[in-house]
Amino acid sequence: MKHLNPIIWQLFVKIQLWTLTSLTVSILVFIIFFILFNGLPQISWEFLVTNPTDMGRGGGILSAIVSTLYLIIISLFFAIPLGIGAAVFLTEYTREGRLTKIIRFGVECLAGIPSIILGLFGFALFVMSFGWGWSLISGGMTMSIMLLPTIIRTSEESFKAVPYEYREVSFSLGLGKWSTITRVVLPSALPGVVTGIVLSIARCIEETAVVIFTAGSSLRFPNSIFESGRTMAVHFYILAREGISMPKAYGTAAILILSILTINISAYLIMRYFMKRYS
Amino acid sequence: MESPQNQKISIKDLSVLYGEAPALQSISLNILKNLITGIMGPSNSGKSTLLRILNRLTDLIPNILIRGQVLLDGTDILIPGYDVNSLRTRVGMVFDKPIPLPRSIYENLTFGPRMHGLKDRRQLDERVESSLRSAQLWDEVKDRLFESALKLSGGQQQRLCIARTLAMQSEVILLDEPTSGLDPISTAKIEEALQTLKENYTIILVSNNTKQIARISDKVAFFLMGELIEYGPADKLFTNPSHKRTEDYVSGRFG
Repeated sequence: MKHLNPIIWQLFVKIQLWTLTSLTVSILVFIIFFILFNGLPQISWEFLVTNPTDMGRGGGILSAIVSTLYLIIISLFFAIPLGIGAAVFLTEYTREGRLTKIIRFGVECLAGIPSIILGLFGFALFVMSFGWGWSLISGGMTMSIMLLPTIIRTSEESFKAVPYEYREVSFSLGLGKWSTITRVVLPSALPGVVTGIVLSIARCIEETAVVIFTAGSSLRFPNSIFESGRTMAVHFYILAREGISMPKAYGTAAILILSILTINISAYLIMRYFMKRYS
Repeated sequence: MESPQNQKISIKDLSVLYGEAPALQSISLNILKNLITGIMGPSNSGKSTLLRILNRLTDLIPNILIRGQVLLDGTDILIPGYDVNSLRTRVGMVFDKPIPLPRSIYENLTFGPRMHGLKDRRQLDERVESSLRSAQLWDEVKDRLFESALKLSGGQQQRLCIARTLAMQSEVILLDEPTSGLDPISTAKIEEALQTLKENYTIILVSNNTKQIARISDKVAFFLMGELIEYGPADKLFTNPSHKRTEDYVSGRFG
């Protein structure tokens, strides 16, 4: 190897790396195409706006879509203020020290909890102790615990990326600490914060273990957040696992993939718009 | 003798410690209205610290110990419980680097006034125009007020920062080496703007650039290692200083 011509060696490495990269991307592309190839034929307007019938063998997935939306809204409702609040505290109200290290370590640990354990915890606390039963509120609150580390970490990073000088400018314009955070730091950090939130939405859409334990798997259309609901991911899991209907399972999977792609792409576009506007 | 009516800021026996290290040692200094007061001295002489005390940006520094009095129109701004936010609207600050906020030119200028309750669109427009005119930036940006301030050149950005302070209708403008990163032409424009601004404002200019201090200051204070060595009319300090160390500094023998 030592005596190989450096140009050939470079070429060799380049081809190797290129192959590895394209392999990675092709796996993604393959999964997406596989799901869409099998799922798209199942999708129609009917599929989106009718409730499932006969355990999911017939009908569409309206109730699953609505349950998923409920779950997203509830978990974000709790996770956004808590997460951003914690990030503000960590970056703006404390100096780096023992306390912040402990908090950060705690957040890391929270991120490391397996979702099935978190589901069990949510089951024990919200479903049983609080007596809320299998319900979207139990599921949403458990999910919000799961989302916290992501939101805290991404928000914290984006707060830190806001130049310290912006804060000085804001103070020297006579703004207090809180106005400085809400009017100067937060707007500048918004693209990063939004990224965290978008990642969280995707987590809500794709999560199964936590949701089965806490929100249950009722197929009925959820009329309130205190009722059980089956999200799309859970619906797909049950349809496929219990062999109820593979075509419907693929249809659901296709909707899942499409919604996650849509969310990611639109988040990217929104962020690019914000970045472009003032830089 | 300076008459008390002319006095804007009166610093009495001010000492500052960063932890154990003294930054300023019993400074007493009267700053007069409608003049440019230049503050010069080598690095670590305490110039910037003094400037930041005047609008209490020093509050952000941990372990700082401040003793003495700073009277703004006769009221001590260092007493506990003093309304720091309203102080900072009266005493504006321009930093060494131009730091426009990542917003439009218009929003940069109206940000402060809006935060303090000015909502009327016409009044805001007036403030934008008059502050940009005073900072001699109006002609260059009047057609693109709603474009990002980050698109301006460095010199324009710094004049925008001056205008931002003017839009607050501050009484005192603190400038912390405002031209340190700018080319000579931009520097000249800023100096020109400051010369006209002094008619309505009290201006305090910290600079490492002795020539700049000599060009535009009316009164000059020379700091060395946290001590005020000499304070007096600019002509006197530069032509006939009373202290050997001032003479060495202005003649470029050190610093």
